[in-house]
Amino acid sequence: MRAPRVAIVGSGPSAFYAAEELLKAGVLVDMIERLPTPFGLVRSGVAPDHPKIKAITAAFEKILAAPGLAFYGNVEVGRDLDVRELAELYDGLVLACGASADAPLGIDGEELPGSLGAGAFVGWYNGHPDHRGLAVPLGAERAVVVGNGNVALDVARLLLSPPERLAATDIAADAAAALAASRVREVHLLGRRGPVQASFTPAELRELSRLEGIAVRVAPEDLELDPACQIELDMPHADNARKTMKLLCEIAAAPPRPAARRLHLHFRAVPAALLGRGAVEGIRIARTVLEGPPARRTASPTGETFDLACGLVVRSTGFRAPPLPGVPGDARSGRVPNRDGRVTLSGRVLPGLYVTGWMKRGPSGVIGTNRPCGQETARAVIADLAGRPVRSDPGFRLDALLAGRRIAFVDREGWRRIDACERALGAEAGKPRQKLVDPAALLAAARGRAEAAAVP
Amino acid sequence: MAIVVTEACNGCRYTECVAVCPAGCFHADERMVYIDPATCIECRACIPVCPVQAIYDEEDLPGALSGWVEINATRAPLLPAVEEKLPPLKAGAA
Ligand SMILES: Cc1cc2nc3c(=O)[nH]c(=O)nc-3n(C[C@H](O)[C@H](O)[C@H](O)COP(=O)(O)OP(=O)(O)OC[C@H]3O[C@@H](n4cnc5c(N)ncnc54)[C@H](O)[C@@H]3O)c2cc1C
Ligand SMILES: NC(=O)c1ccc[n+]([C@@H]2O[C@H](COP(=O)([O-])OP(=O)(O)OC[C@H]3O[C@@H](n4cnc5c(N)ncnc54)[C@H](OP(=O)(O)O)[C@@H]3O)[C@@H](O)[C@H]2O)c1
Repeated sequence: MRAPRVAIVGSGPSAFYAAEELLKAGVLVDMIERLPTPFGLVRSGVAPDHPKIKAITAAFEKILAAPGLAFYGNVEVGRDLDVRELAELYDGLVLACGASADAPLGIDGEELPGSLGAGAFVGWYNGHPDHRGLAVPLGAERAVVVGNGNVALDVARLLLSPPERLAATDIAADAAAALAASRVREVHLLGRRGPVQASFTPAELRELSRLEGIAVRVAPEDLELDPACQIELDMPHADNARKTMKLLCEIAAAPPRPAARRLHLHFRAVPAALLGRGAVEGIRIARTVLEGPPARRTASPTGETFDLACGLVVRSTGFRAPPLPGVPGDARSGRVPNRDGRVTLSGRVLPGLYVTGWMKRGPSGVIGTNRPCGQETARAVIADLAGRPVRSDPGFRLDALLAGRRIAFVDREGWRRIDACERALGAEAGKPRQKLVDPAALLAAARGRAEAAAVP
Repeated sequence: MAIVVTEACNGCRYTECVAVCPAGCFHADERMVYIDPATCIECRACIPVCPVQAIYDEEDLPGALSGWVEINATRAPLLPAVEEKLPPLKAGAA
């Protein structure tokens, strides 16, 4: 029997884990990615000073090399191809587009220059072409990061790192230069709930607390727990919260040492407004009180506020999947409604359309979380294909369709050339790679043209 | 800092960890699993999913279990990799 063909849109972790499972079942996979480069947030999200995590790309490269898989980079679904046409051309369509849009806070002043979403800021320092040239005001001593997740800690750590800490990483060259000239010396991190509800993991907090030249500070009163928080902390599955709390208490108890770079952690503190005329000059912070039962506590403002002067506010409060024409979305949760990976509309399954990763579950979970997620979706595809005749036209080639539309795509070999070019540029600069951030430079490198090297 | 599987896995081997490992760094014998530090990316996805809390960050490893760092590093490379969940060894396990 002829092998069924499935298209996967996106090339982040969830796309690769779904592809791996489909390939094992003998399905042919076309992977379509809007950037010339694969790996999604592993390339453009994971912090440059965490090279060990980035090493997961070695596992993805193996999947990328499989004979049953074809990579089509620089092809955007919704612009170059549409969802309905792909659903017709393939035996199944798996959406794995992530959740790249920064969720807004909905407060006054949010639109001022100097107010940035974490997705944009992180994309900028990681060389995501969409965010090259981002205006990041780093002239004021103080910056504020809103949110209490691991992304917020990444942002705070990058803002406070002395330049030499980042010199041998794959940080984007323009961001490295801007951060080296940065006057930011003090970052305030705001958690709207308490220390027990912080969603960053203890390993990331510990890393920050040990960095040379950076002092982490927290006021002891911010660590006081009411009875419901104490119960939450003692719950059997609260291992991470207990580790975090222990670390925070050690930080609060340590004798204050003078440090050139400081991170202040605030709990029960939520932004009420960004202040400034023409640009962010400060932030109004509202104190909150926690309500509700253990493990379901929510924060409400008490009415008490205080202001902090600052030149930059980065909100790291979650992401949303941008709407994709032809795909049902839920604006509130920012993900695509689905049943075990089968896309649903008003509760009914849309045959042939599937979703995985952050687009399916919402913007949480580490790289590993996407493995069972991608497998679940792939198994739904495989189950639906079983016993049905293969529908896709055996003569259909995506290459030909794209060529007809004059869309220059980057295939596996093109990515290899980009990769080799970036590594070579990096070797000259003593870095694992020097990312190309201009789409024209990426495309030139994919074609093996030397001028790529001239315009990083 | 390595991530290590310890005594509590022995005779249990639920392998919830294997399902979430993005790097395929778990190896198994007939009693338990081990992490190969050469392929582990230290993402810690496995630590919270272990039903018997057998997996530790070396940082948090109680002194009595410190020998397991060496055991994981030496055993794992000698054993076959496991990429799929295995039936647990303990009767009544999930
Ligand atoms: C800043 C940050 C740091 C992180 N750090 C870590 C970490 O250190 N360790 C860890 O384990 N996890 C980390 N994570 C979490 C991890 O990155 C995610 O769990 C994972 O990347 C989600 O995978 P995904 O496949 O759903 O989406 P993504 O990785 O976002 O991949 C989506 C892909 O789809 C492509 N795409 C989008 N729209 C289209 C379209 N219309 N057409 C074609 N292609 C499209 C995108 O370009 C992208 O390549 C981090 C996340 C963030 C935001
Ligand atoms: N090193 C790593 O392993 C690493 C690094 C980066 C990211 N990741 C993973 O990637 C995923 C995404 O990370 P993330 O940090 O974006 O998500 P997250 O952990 O969900 O954190 C989002 C934070 O934003 C807060 N928040 C949301 N809306 C808010 C509002 N309106 N006002 C104030 N605060 C608000 C949340 O507080 P509440 O809890 O009160 O809602 C929470 O603290 C996570 O699973 C994370 O672990 C891992």
